[in-house]
Formats: sequence, C-alpha cells, structure tokens
Amino acid sequence: MAYVVPKESYNGKVLGVSFGKDSQTLNFGGENTLPFLSFEGEIPAKPVIAFEIQDIPPDDWPETLKAQYAAVSSDPVKWAMHCQNELKAQAIALRLIGTHPDRENRSAQDAAKTVKDVLAAINVPLIILGSNNVEKDASVLVAAAEAASGHNCIIGKAQEGNYKTIVAAALAHNHKLIAMSELDINLAKQLNILITQMGFNKENLITDPMCSALGYGLEYTYSVMERIRLAALMQNDATMQPPIAGDVGMYVWKIKEVSALEAEVPLWGKLEERGVAWEAVTASAMLIAGTNLLIMRHPKAIETVQKVIGELI
Amino acid sequence: MALSGVEIFKLLPKTNCKKCGFPTCLAFAMKLAQAGVELEKCPDVSEEAKRVLGEASAPPIRTFALGIGEKAVKMGGETVLFRHDKKFFNPCALALNLKDTLSDDEIAKLASEVSGSEMERVGQKLRVDAVSIEYASNDSRRYEAVVKLVAEKAPFTAIILVCKDAAAAETAVKAVASRKPLLYGAASDNADAMAAIAKAHKIPLGVCAEGLEALSSLTEKIKSLGVDDMVLDSGAKTAKEIIENNTQIRRSALKKNFKPLGYPIINFVLRADPAVESAIASVAIAKYSSIVVISSIEKWKNLALFTLRQNIYTDPQVPMQVEQKIYKVGEPAPESPLLITTNFSLTYFIVSGEVENSKVPTWLAVMDCEGLSVLTAWAAGKFTAAKISQFIKESGVEGQIGHKELIIPGQVAILSGALEDKLEGWKITVGPREANSIPTFLKQRK
Ligand code: B12
Ligand code: SF4
Repeated sequence: MAYVVPKESYNGKVLGVSFGKDSQTLNFGGENTLPFLSFEGEIPAKPVIAFEIQDIPPDDWPETLKAQYAAVSSDPVKWAMHCQNELKAQAIALRLIGTHPDRENRSAQDAAKTVKDVLAAINVPLIILGSNNVEKDASVLVAAAEAASGHNCIIGKAQEGNYKTIVAAALAHNHKLIAMSELDINLAKQLNILITQMGFNKENLITDPMCSALGYGLEYTYSVMERIRLAALMQNDATMQPPIAGDVGMYVWKIKEVSALEAEVPLWGKLEERGVAWEAVTASAMLIAGTNLLIMRHPKAIETVQKVIGELI
Repeated sequence: MALSGVEIFKLLPKTNCKKCGFPTCLAFAMKLAQAGVELEKCPDVSEEAKRVLGEASAPPIRTFALGIGEKAVKMGGETVLFRHDKKFFNPCALALNLKDTLSDDEIAKLASEVSGSEMERVGQKLRVDAVSIEYASNDSRRYEAVVKLVAEKAPFTAIILVCKDAAAAETAVKAVASRKPLLYGAASDNADAMAAIAKAHKIPLGVCAEGLEALSSLTEKIKSLGVDDMVLDSGAKTAKEIIENNTQIRRSALKKNFKPLGYPIINFVLRADPAVESAIASVAIAKYSSIVVISSIEKWKNLALFTLRQNIYTDPQVPMQVEQKIYKVGEPAPESPLLITTNFSLTYFIVSGEVENSKVPTWLAVMDCEGLSVLTAWAAGKFTAAKISQFIKESGVEGQIGHKELIIPGQVAILSGALEDKLEGWKITVGPREANSIPTFLKQRK
C-alpha cells in the first residue's frame, strides 16, 4: 500500500491583520490551513505575543509575577519601556484596569493620558485593553482610541453589551478591534456580524472567543477555537475568518496553581516554575487551537512560548 | 474502510447452502456489510476470508495496553480528529527517559520518583506512566542490570526499552518480559531481528523511520513478520514535525483506513530547558501522541502536563461531575456549618479541598446542576433560589443538622434574598467569592 499524504483542501482563509506604524508594523494571521500544517497551505506570518502592562500597579498579581516588574510597574511608561528595551517585546498590551469601578475608577481622561504617554515612549505596536467592565469600557475605550489616533493600534474588547461606541471609535481613528464573546461559537459569529453591519471592515477585526486557564476551562476555549478555525477554512464562513486573540495572562495569573506556596502544596513543586509552566502550557495549547495573537505576562513564559513558535514555523 | 457487500460476497463459499440462516451467500454478505450479523454464522468460511474481513472490521487505530495490571495504559482506539466531534478516549502516557549510563543511585532515585509521581486532580489519579530506558552504554550487561533496577524500583510502572541493538534488546526484554515492555526499536536495518523478539515475547514494538512513507513500508513488513502491536515514531523532533506528522498519521488512519499507520504514536520531546520541554510536550499531548517521552519530571511540570492531558481528554459533551448529596468534610457535628455548591467536578474538588484546608468540620451540600460551575449554572437557570430550596428540603439535611443557616457562594450573592423567602426560617449567609478565602472565612466564624 503506497503512502499518500492526506491533504485537506480548504476554500477559506484566515484574514491577515497588521498593526503598529512604519517599520515597526507587525502582521499576524493570513494562513489558509489549520494551525501550522504548512504541508497543505501557506502560513505567511508567525503568531505574535504582546507583553501585558497595566495603568496601575499590579497589586493583585501573585508575588512571583509582580517581582518581575517590581522596579517599573509603578509607572506604565517605565513599564512599557522596560518591556520594549530590556525584554525585547514585539508588542505591548496596555490594560486600563485602573478604570474599573471596583479598582481606582479612573476616568476616561486619565486613561487617555496614560495611552498618550505610553505611545510617546515606545515604538513597538500597542494593544489597548479596557477593564472588561462593560459600561465603563464603552467610554474609556472611546477616549483611548482617540488618544491613540494615527498609531494603528488594536483596541478592545468590544462585547455584545458595549460594541457600538467602541466600534465607532475604532472606525473613526483607524484602529484594529478585538471582539469578545463568551465561549460559544455562535455568539462569536453573531458579534462579528453585528460589528461588520456597522460598516466596520472585517479585515480589521480580531476574534476573542474568551480564554481560560489550564485546568479551569481550557478545554472549552480550545474546542471553540478549533471550531472557529474549521468554519473559517472548511465552510469558508467569512464571519469566522478574523484571526484569533488569546488573552492568556489574566486568566492564568489568578488561579491557585500559580500562587499557592510550595510549603502549602508540596506535591505541586516549585512555585516560580509552576507559574511559568502554567502560562506557557496554556498559551501553547491556544496556539495549537488557532490563536494568532497572545497576550501574556511572565517574561520567562513568553520566552518559552517564543521558542515553541520558533519550532512551529 | 469497511468492505461492500459485493466485496464480501467474493470471499464467501458461494454455495448458497443456507446454513447461516440466509437464503443466499449474497444476502448474508449484504447483512455482514451492515455489521448486522457475525461472520461465524457461516461454518464454511475460509481462513483467508476470516483474515481479510477481520482486518476490514478492525478499528482504524489498533488498541492495546502499555504495561500490565491496574496501571497499564490503554492506547490507540481513537475515532476522531477533533475532540469536539466526539471525544478522545485513551489519554496519552507520559514517560521519563533515563540513560543507562547514569549511576545506579541516580537511576534508583529517578525510578522511585516515577513510581511515586501520582497526584490527584479533580478526582482522578494521575501519574507519570512509564520509564523509557535508553541504551547508551553500549554494554548489554550494564543495560540489563539497569532495566532490572528500574523494574524493581518502579514495580508497577510500564517500561519502554529504547535499544536498537538486537542482542542487547533481547537480554533486556527477557529480564522484564512479564512486565510486557514496549521494545523501541525497529528500524530499517534491524527490523527482522526486532520483530522476532517482539513476536517471541508477545510485546508491542516501537517502529521508527524518517518520514511517513518509509514508516508505512516498515510497519507493513513487520506486520507480515507476525507482529500486530506497534507504536509509530516518524522521526518527528521539532514541534512542527510533531504536529504535521501526527496529523497525517491520524488522518491516514481515520479518513483513509490506511492500516500501515493505524497504530498509536510515540514522540520524544526531550529538551534541555524543562519549561520549553513542557510546552513542546503540550503540542504532542494535544495533537495525537499516545506516548510522550520527556527528560525530566519536576513536580510542577507533571502537574501542568497531567492537567493538560486531563483537559484534552475530557468528554466535551458531558462535563465531569460528582454525585448530588450532602458530603461530610471531616466529622461534622449538628452545629457545624452547611455550605452549598454545584456538582461540577472542578468546583466540588476546589471547594471541598479548601474546606478541608480550613480544618473546620463542615457539611457540604452538592447540588446536581448537570456538571456546571456556580456562575454558569446560575446563568443557565439551574442554580436558582427555587431549585436550591427544593434540593435543601428534599435532601433531608434538616434532620441531620441542628441549625438553619446555609452558606452560599459569594458569586451568587444575588440569590440570598429570594432564598430567604423560599426557605422559611432559614438564614442565608453569603460566603466569599473565591474558594481560597473559605479557610479564613470558616475559621473567623467560630
Ligand atoms: C467554562 C465556562 C462555561 C462552560 C461550562 C463549564 C462548566 N462545566 O460549568 C460552557 C462553555 C458550557 C459555558 C456555558 C455558558 N456560560 Co459560561 N463560563 C465558563 C467560564 C469560562 C469558567 C467557569 C468555570 O469553570 N469556573 C471554575 C469553577 C471552579 O468556578 P465556580 O464553580 O464558580 O467556583 C468557584 C467559586 O464560585 C467558589 N465557590 C464555588 N462553590 C462555592 C461554595 C461556597 C459556599 C463558597 C463560599 C464559594 C464557592 O469557588 C470556586 C473557586 O474559586 C466562566 C468565566 C470565568 N472565567 O469564570 C463563564 C461564565 C460562568 N459563563 C457565563 C455564561 C453567561 C454562560 C452561558 C449562559 C452563555 C452561553 N454561551 O449561552 C452558558 C450557559 C450554559 C448552559 N448550559 O446553558 C457567564 C456568567 C455571567 C454571569 N455573571 O451570570 C460567565 C461568568 C462568563 C462571563 N460573563 O464572563 N460556560
Ligand atoms: S452459510 Fe456460508 S456458504 Fe452457506 S449460504 Fe451462508 S454464507 Fe453461503
């Protein structure tokens, strides 16, 4: 029996997105095959990893993670420069968590100023994330989009409850947009449709089907992503063709496995390594499922996943 | 691919003797094609027909066990490419690679570590399943001694013999034949000798070749030498080769019923940096590997890989769940606190673990919400005030405890008012949002 390479032919293609300015522009997406199967299609760009920074000190991060940025995390500008210059970040994701009503409830104006300051200090592409508070993001992200006008950023996340103002702002200021729904392929599809119906070009859109950490729902995210990819490629479903974002860090760094001391759980082994592995394994699984853009926190985990990407492309 | 009725008919005696209970051989063949009757019903069928038909009806990926006894790992038998299509059935084995050039002390220590690697997560016992012993000394007596040492120090662990020297392999296999080791490997230059060993000792054989074409012709040859249980190594080393080759193997087996690749896969993901190794191992776990061989088993790494394996291999249609009942944590007395949660395994094990940590004896009411987490169940209308109050009333807990206070998860604080209305005479207390605050919460109450 002769061996014949079992190739699939896909009639769809993942859309390519680029963000950032001038020589620092980054591309991701654009493949016409399932993740990393280059024997049956083209993979023009590598997945991108953005370092997450925040507008306020990360008091709620576990100690081992906080320690990585202790010297810079009191100031988002220093923090961003540290990621770009010292850690060689390809991209930075600024989370405006301080605007959350339960945190510092910072105003949209404060957020806009932070965005401006960070943009003035760096030249790598920037992702601007709200606090995930549906009402507050509706105004914060509008101000942030305006402050970043002309920088070709990615802003997000637009959700079912607030997408209108955010989409309009991304449209007005020429940004790319992350649309987030809750772990359901039909909800992801529906939100993309609503957003494109507002005249937003689907080629500027990124789907976040909602991430989850290893051991805490990862299997759901994994399968939703695989199904989105299959719909995009096999059924040529245009609404499922934007590249996929995985907001890994915020889900990983709040669970017990990344913060419980070894003395409390001797069977779990060293804490520092455990946290890094948790983020790296979660991110690697997301890549295999179809993620094109990862948002991560720990420098060692990012370095690890960059090595995996190096092996995958 | 199953055979058609006409293809099967060609293999039958064509005498229309009716002994099978069908009027003609063709009628019998048609029923066979639909798997509606057993081939044994025809007493005159030839050996050749049995072989061909048996093969055609065999599962597309051969199923067998690595090792023996309770901790043997079943492998193969998968039926889908994507877990959402049905489910992945047989979780891959994790194997620690050991070179026989290490000192006896190191080998004994590492083998004992594998043997003691078991941990519990979400009610499942998870462990490093195998030791893979690499023949690096070039000294067959040393190899045999090391194999015996590992077998002794890890008495229930599966053994993989990584040895391409037939003479050394034979001695080693004999030393642990009763443990049903996997002999790895047969390659193009030693296939006959290796096949003979595997056949004589009835053990599975690892087969390696560079690329899938060479690999398929090698497995066909080895099969013709009488070995049925094989494990495939396509030579994949990088993450890309692993995902591409493993995908091609799984697709060939499932979509083309290509028998030469219808076997479980082994991947060696050895890397110097343990964090990188855990990430590369993740690629193999997610994409179809049945045995993932790693070079170190730090506890943190095991925990991460066990968890990923568990996630990938859960049934996507049925969340893991526990029985609905009033659980006792510690030895609760009538005045001990009563907590309520849902029956999603993850939720139950996290919450009961934290209650245990508190050392406060507690009644834990676990309500059937079809295996959904607290907030998901609430959002889906399965963890509502009406349903909770009905459950509490019907559970009989009122007869067990001496108070009427129910502590609910902080995430559903919103239910407290409605619950006080529905559960007359009860006091509803809102607990913390996250389980890790439960110990402090319970201790402070006293
Ligand atoms: C995985 C997931 C799913 C899975 C289901 C997983 C499962 N088996 O439950 C799927 C994809 C099926 C799903 C579906 C839906 N989901 Co959902 N899902 C999640 C997700 C990502 C994780 C849930 C989880 O597993 N948590 C882990 C467990 C352990 O948490 P837990 O049970 O709450 O337990 C913790 C605490 O509550 C506490 N605790 C538990 N018990 C007790 C008891 C006491 C006494 C105390 C003190 C504490 C305590 O301890 C635990 C650890 O801290 C969350 C978002 C998130 N990241 O949290 C959304 C989430 C829960 N889902 C949500 C929704 C809306 C839904 C859907 C209705 C949406 C839809 N797509 O239709 C459906 C409903 C399902 C249905 N059958 O109809 C919302 C709920 C919103 C809200 N506030 O009401 C969430 C919060 C998403 C969001 N908005 O951000 N979901
Ligand atoms: S018993 Fe066998 S030979 Fe006789 S009719 Fe049936 S199939 Fe034909």
